[in-house]
Amino acid sequence: MKYVDEFRNGKQAQAIAKRIAELVKTLQVSKQRPLQFMEVCGGHTHSIFRYGLAQFLPEEIEFVHGPGCPVCVLPMGVVDDCISIAEQPGVIFTTFGDAMRVPGSKKSLLQAKAEGHDVRMVYSPLDALQIAKQNPQREVVFFGLGFETTMPSTALTLQQAAKEQVKNFSLFCNHITIIPTIKAMLDSPDMRLDGFLGPGHVSMVIGSQPYEFISRDYHRPLVIAGFEPLDILQSVYMLVKQLVDGRCEIENQYERIVPQMGNEVALRSIGDVFELREFFEWRGMGSIDHSGVRIREKYADFDAERKFSMPRLKIADPDAAQCGEVVTGVIKPEQCKLFGKSCTPQTPIGALMVSTEGACAAHYHYGQIEIPLSQVVSR
Amino acid sequence: MCLGIPGQVVEITDEERQLAMVEVSGVRREVNVACVVEPGAPVDSCIGYWVLVHVGFAMSRIDEEEAAKTLAILKELGEVDEELDAMKESEQSLRQTPPEGERHAG
Repeated sequence: MKYVDEFRNGKQAQAIAKRIAELVKTLQVSKQRPLQFMEVCGGHTHSIFRYGLAQFLPEEIEFVHGPGCPVCVLPMGVVDDCISIAEQPGVIFTTFGDAMRVPGSKKSLLQAKAEGHDVRMVYSPLDALQIAKQNPQREVVFFGLGFETTMPSTALTLQQAAKEQVKNFSLFCNHITIIPTIKAMLDSPDMRLDGFLGPGHVSMVIGSQPYEFISRDYHRPLVIAGFEPLDILQSVYMLVKQLVDGRCEIENQYERIVPQMGNEVALRSIGDVFELREFFEWRGMGSIDHSGVRIREKYADFDAERKFSMPRLKIADPDAAQCGEVVTGVIKPEQCKLFGKSCTPQTPIGALMVSTEGACAAHYHYGQIEIPLSQVVSR
Repeated sequence: MCLGIPGQVVEITDEERQLAMVEVSGVRREVNVACVVEPGAPVDSCIGYWVLVHVGFAMSRIDEEEAAKTLAILKELGEVDEELDAMKESEQSLRQTPPEGERHAG
């Protein structure tokens, strides 16, 4: 099945697009400026570009690609810390593949591996734990990153390591948490978003309830969206409909996966293992209060931050790179001076170019080959 | 990382650790099922479940039709190959011996 073709030719997508276009015309505000909806999640960004969803929307609506790509918001200093751990004698450093190519101030983990350090890509933290069991004389460190989607996997793995007393296993915890991040964007003086597409799989873990403050205190609507192109269009429709009706609510388009209260087992495990940090440093967004988690004291023996010395330096992004402006929606990827020139997926300078979930890489891969809407509709 | 991949639980491999073999697009991979076992139910009650797998953990149940549709889309996004490659590479990481010249701790 060719889903792209089926989707583009599909009557359903066009029908939703038409309804959105009709609705948006009745909104006074959209005549003065385009409505801006942020998709918080990198998976949505990927889908939006792959299926050319912006072309299904009237010019009164714009997607702003949010910060929800974990490797994209990883500060360079953290990559340097990873490398410094990996370079210590006897260490096996394990990480998801995505993080291997993120540039640090001097090199990436992939380059450290090429220099002979034992850096291994793993699919799951479970595999990192397995490596630790197989190599009891080595220190095995897993680099934990991601929002609440991957947080339960690291928490459950750490609990398992503690239960089995795998003492040569530790976690370098760089998990980030979505709610304080959205709050920081809402508190920003540049804030001009009209609504949010809520992340699907983060919400699968945390549920829809934690977003309630967005509508209650900030008067912005949020619709939790699935990843299929029709899900995203449907969610945009639901956002516009709220604005037209003068409503402001947290709605759940992705009910088939997202329960209101989230996943209890996952949340319990997260709560047992992690606690909020006072602040966490983001690439391109600076420091955000309470936006990261660290390992609780009771699991201190499994905390790489306590086990290893590391530089812990703040490294600024290269001056010319405008990752911060892209990630907060101030400029579009192609408006960055480096986009497609010195910064490409093969030679990434900023992290947004590394992962397919990053706005820049997605735009680089799919942005230039989008088919104009006129052709799509007339087919 | 955030999209995950659908698979079907085919057997329980380690009841104590709540591990199960899940078939993902023709490839078998051991996955933790703690988050999808119904409270109070035995681990093997999830055999046959279609689940959404994120980095080796089944995080949500889905129905079979939804699984097929999701898989078709993930294929087009290039995510299926990426996930399967990651699983393969991870197996290599598990088999790997330390590079020559690497010093051992202690």
